[in-house]
Amino acid sequence: MNILRRRLITLIALALVLPSGGGALAQSADSDDPEASPMWQQVRNSLFQGRTITSPADDVLVLDAPTRAEDAAIVPISIRTRLAQSDSRYIRTLYLMIDNNPSPLGATFHFTPNSGRADIETRVRVDAYTHVRAIAEMSDGQLYMSTRFVKASGGCSAPPGKDPQAALSTLGRMRLRVEGEVIANRPALAQLMISHPNHSGLAMDQLTRHYTPARYVRKILVTYAGAPVLSADVDFSISENPNFRFYFQPGGKGELKAEVVDTEDQRFESALAVAPVKAAN
Amino acid sequence: MRHKQSILLPAVRLLCAALAGAALATHAAAADAGPAVAPLPLVELAPGVHVHYGIHQPWSAHNAGNVANLGVVIGSRCAAVIDTGGSPSLGEQLRAAVGRLTRLPVCYVINTHVHPDHVLGNSAFAGGTTPAQIVGHARLGPSLAARAPYYLEAFRRESGTALPPETVVYPTRTVEDTLEIDLGERKLLLRAWPTAHTDNDLTVYDENTGTLFTGDLLFIDHLPVIDGQLRGWLKVIAALKLLAPKLAVPGHGRASADLRQAIAPQEAYLGAVLNQTRAAIAAGLPIQRALEQFDDSVTRGWQLADAFHRRNLTAAYAELEWEE
Ligand SMILES: [Zn+2]
Repeated sequence: MNILRRRLITLIALALVLPSGGGALAQSADSDDPEASPMWQQVRNSLFQGRTITSPADDVLVLDAPTRAEDAAIVPISIRTRLAQSDSRYIRTLYLMIDNNPSPLGATFHFTPNSGRADIETRVRVDAYTHVRAIAEMSDGQLYMSTRFVKASGGCSAPPGKDPQAALSTLGRMRLRVEGEVIANRPALAQLMISHPNHSGLAMDQLTRHYTPARYVRKILVTYAGAPVLSADVDFSISENPNFRFYFQPGGKGELKAEVVDTEDQRFESALAVAPVKAAN
Repeated sequence: MRHKQSILLPAVRLLCAALAGAALATHAAAADAGPAVAPLPLVELAPGVHVHYGIHQPWSAHNAGNVANLGVVIGSRCAAVIDTGGSPSLGEQLRAAVGRLTRLPVCYVINTHVHPDHVLGNSAFAGGTTPAQIVGHARLGPSLAARAPYYLEAFRRESGTALPPETVVYPTRTVEDTLEIDLGERKLLLRAWPTAHTDNDLTVYDENTGTLFTGDLLFIDHLPVIDGQLRGWLKVIAALKLLAPKLAVPGHGRASADLRQAIAPQEAYLGAVLNQTRAAIAAGLPIQRALEQFDDSVTRGWQLADAFHRRNLTAAYAELEWEE
């Protein structure tokens, strides 16, 4: 991330807006206007060339994030959607973007009508003051976005994990569980926990001689009774020990199964038998 | 209101940069002329054992990182410095203070752990004709390498002054378990601990006076900060309570002649965080909901709870949810 360039762009933006004055000025500071973020403009151009993105869109999705990253290594994020995943129209993809992280597009989640709801909760690393955004892409191609501005924590908090050696020693342990009673044909909440250092690695530094190869979870696939309910492409913007809460909608009995692949092409999986009860009426 | 802030921000940045530049200039001149760097105030707690008390604030460029306690121990051959402060300029001030106490060289810089308020002054002792050995926990190097870019960026963001990467000085000698170093008629016993406050905590014991430098394994008055493992830290506290040093010098707060008594509030706070977090996880609360519902009364009597309590709860939750 070229900080100097970013600041320069901010200053230029400020200069351009100055003569017109008034309310527009407030929009120019990068903490105020999520559209002005240079990284967002780049990503927007490459992912969504020229398409309209409705934002805010609280009737479709709401991103929740703390205003200050208390612990830069573990910033809880939740994306709540307001639409049912119907066969005719559903949220196909959610993009989670952290503009000022080294890899801004931290996660791309894909859903199906079998997901029930396209909600996601996870935890991310936050490197700097940044806009965080969730963009929903509908099955009909419509785009909606919700944004939050997150301030980096002060003091000695930093995004790397707390005990990489411990994380390595339990690498690949997984927990998959459902929460509450599972009712047939209604969205059921599940949680997937993966023990993994999930780090970006460090280049060999002549000065420090410390070299750690990058190693992080890159793909997740969750199926129910053999049909996909969630798949995700993720990277090291997700915190150490990646953790996801999501929904699936069971018809009858089946197996909830999660498969995870990391950058070393190691595969881990976990499965759980689910027997939904019939709805009361 | 908001646009005022937008205009002011770059101006403030420029001002900070100018001030920092001025500070650097004086500093360079001082290095040429000799002792014009203002020496840090030190107090002698025991014969040959001196401490600088940091202020109770989060580490920041605005306070020159003057927030952690720093120690100096002087033998008949040379001196050791225990932590060097949160900025290169603070390290220079510490070196000037040591120069007032003794003509002996500083042969060892001991870092108690990775946090910037303890290590960013290392550079003041690393150069010259008799550079000090930099001693730290075996995991200090990798941890510092991973975090240093963020510490430097935070410093730049606040002060407008970019510190070069060479500012960060890595250990030249590491401790896996224990290490004895000799300052001349004075032995220091260094001990590396399992993950607690961080994954690279090191304590320093001066045999001559029975003084134990605990680093941030012990906080007094300043709210403890979890950046390693909560359960591991509670175990280390139990082990520390078995030691009976004549004097314990914490990483933050005043020295105490009674370690067991001094560590009790920290143990109570961390124990409360452990219990509350376990209860929230057992109740099935997701991390964000848990953070909203915690009882903050456990921070009563502590300073800097606003800066660190929620962070501690976050770290505790992420750790404890893996318990069976
Ligand atoms: Zn510390």
